Amino acid sequence: MQHGQYTKKVLDYFKNPKHAGDVKNASGVGQVGNPVCGDMMKISIAVKDDRISDIRFKTFGCVAAIGSTEALCRIAKGKKLADAKKITSKDIAKELGGLPGIKMHCSVLGADGLKKAIDDYEKKQRGKKTRK
Amino acid sequence: MRTIYLDNGATTKIDPKVLEAMQPYMTEKYGNASSTHHKGQEAKIALEDARSLIAKSINAKPEEIIFTSGGTESNNLAIKGLAFANSRKGKHIITTNIEHDCVLNACKWLETQGFKVTNINVDKEGFIDPAKLEKAITKDTILVSMIHGNNEIGTIQDIKSLGEICRRKGVFFHIDACQSYTKTEIDVRKHNLDLVTINSHKIHGPKGVGALYIRKGINITPLAHGGGHEQNLRSGTENVPSIVGFAKAVRIADKGHARQMVKMRDYLIEKVLKIPETYLNGPSGDKNGDRRLCNNANFRFSYVEGEAIGGYLDAKGICSSTGSACSSRSLEPSHVLMAIGLKPEEAHGSLRLTISRFTTKEEVDYVLSVLPGVIKKLRAISSLGGF
Repeated sequence: MQHGQYTKKVLDYFKNPKHAGDVKNASGVGQVGNPVCGDMMKISIAVKDDRISDIRFKTFGCVAAIGSTEALCRIAKGKKLADAKKITSKDIAKELGGLPGIKMHCSVLGADGLKKAIDDYEKKQRGKKTRK
Repeated sequence: MRTIYLDNGATTKIDPKVLEAMQPYMTEKYGNASSTHHKGQEAKIALEDARSLIAKSINAKPEEIIFTSGGTESNNLAIKGLAFANSRKGKHIITTNIEHDCVLNACKWLETQGFKVTNINVDKEGFIDPAKLEKAITKDTILVSMIHGNNEIGTIQDIKSLGEICRRKGVFFHIDACQSYTKTEIDVRKHNLDLVTINSHKIHGPKGVGALYIRKGINITPLAHGGGHEQNLRSGTENVPSIVGFAKAVRIADKGHARQMVKMRDYLIEKVLKIPETYLNGPSGDKNGDRRLCNNANFRFSYVEGEAIGGYLDAKGICSSTGSACSSRSLEPSHVLMAIGLKPEEAHGSLRLTISRFTTKEEVDYVLSVLPGVIKKLRAISSLGGF
């Protein structure tokens, strides 16, 4: 363990995540990573009036992985989909007050997870429209 | 916040009696052991007393003990020093796939110098099959080097059987005994040992000091050239205060401590394994501390990651360690856990708890009161396992 490498923010988000879990009847779900690599994240979102009204994460991974997904949820909650899509790994790292170099991939995975969840939601929406 | 230190495989605290023994050699008895005046001779006597005591602890002669800066230096001196001094006899070295990095990397470097290295695979508990070793030895083999008590999973090799094979085949046998020294018997005559690495900071002695046993008559090329200290094998003014502390730590250690740690370790293992989907890494069924290090427990918890477990434990004051990739400088999971056949995701979920003779039952009970909740919380957060 190299906790000296983490900011207070990372440790706080890791120890006291407010967004752990699944959104019930999620509008979209995104899963990224692989247990073989030691990180797997699932992001679920609820969308209302084109905004992310709720967002939750489930993460198998290290301190930085859990901290990154919690940070992602805090940034994305309440955002318009168009703005949420623009969230990058840099935004997540910034929210955490920085991440050690070797852990930067955790923030990349987090951002990818949200993009996948939004993609999933938009695909479902398109499906609904074509069925109409 | 109180500290519960269960990372004694990484390092241990100095015994207060060790510190007390060292102090005069920094303040009053500060002489250089090479000096012929009375201050120097005072240090020389302390140095040689320490050497005799450490030699006796492994049934060696004092002149067979060389003091070094620790385990890494001793292992490098043993492997590289022996390889260079004996390269005319052969250029093949045998080691295992569960070695400490300093042995693995010393061997890797020797490969760049024209040596050939064979890594023997261990079984699921981390043991080396003697038949496999015998088969791996060729006419070109000069050295077999292996870790005696494994630092991660605690496996203690049957050095008597393995040493017999080496002696019969006429190859040198080196063990890295940094973790096992004083915890299980090491007898250089009975166990057919040619080179033994030991160190101080794993046994409540100071950091920065270790030793190498070199059986009389074995040729070693020194790594550091200089004033000819330590029989010309390790030049540099002897670190007398630390060597005195090292010897004091050896003097204090006794069999009773190992027995006491076996009991405590088994209590810890029994209780932790009550957590659902939790498994022990390394040997099971060790009664006397001769198959598994008396201070070592290593678990894997399905669906959670080791560094995260360590992070929650640390928040409760508990120091642990993990074989997870996420805690190390690389992103590969521990090579030792992979060597015993774990899948990467299993290796990622591993946690090592290493006790010492100072660990109390009350401390272990505190850990046992915290750990199940930590695993439960992390499993609830985890994307694996469907909790």
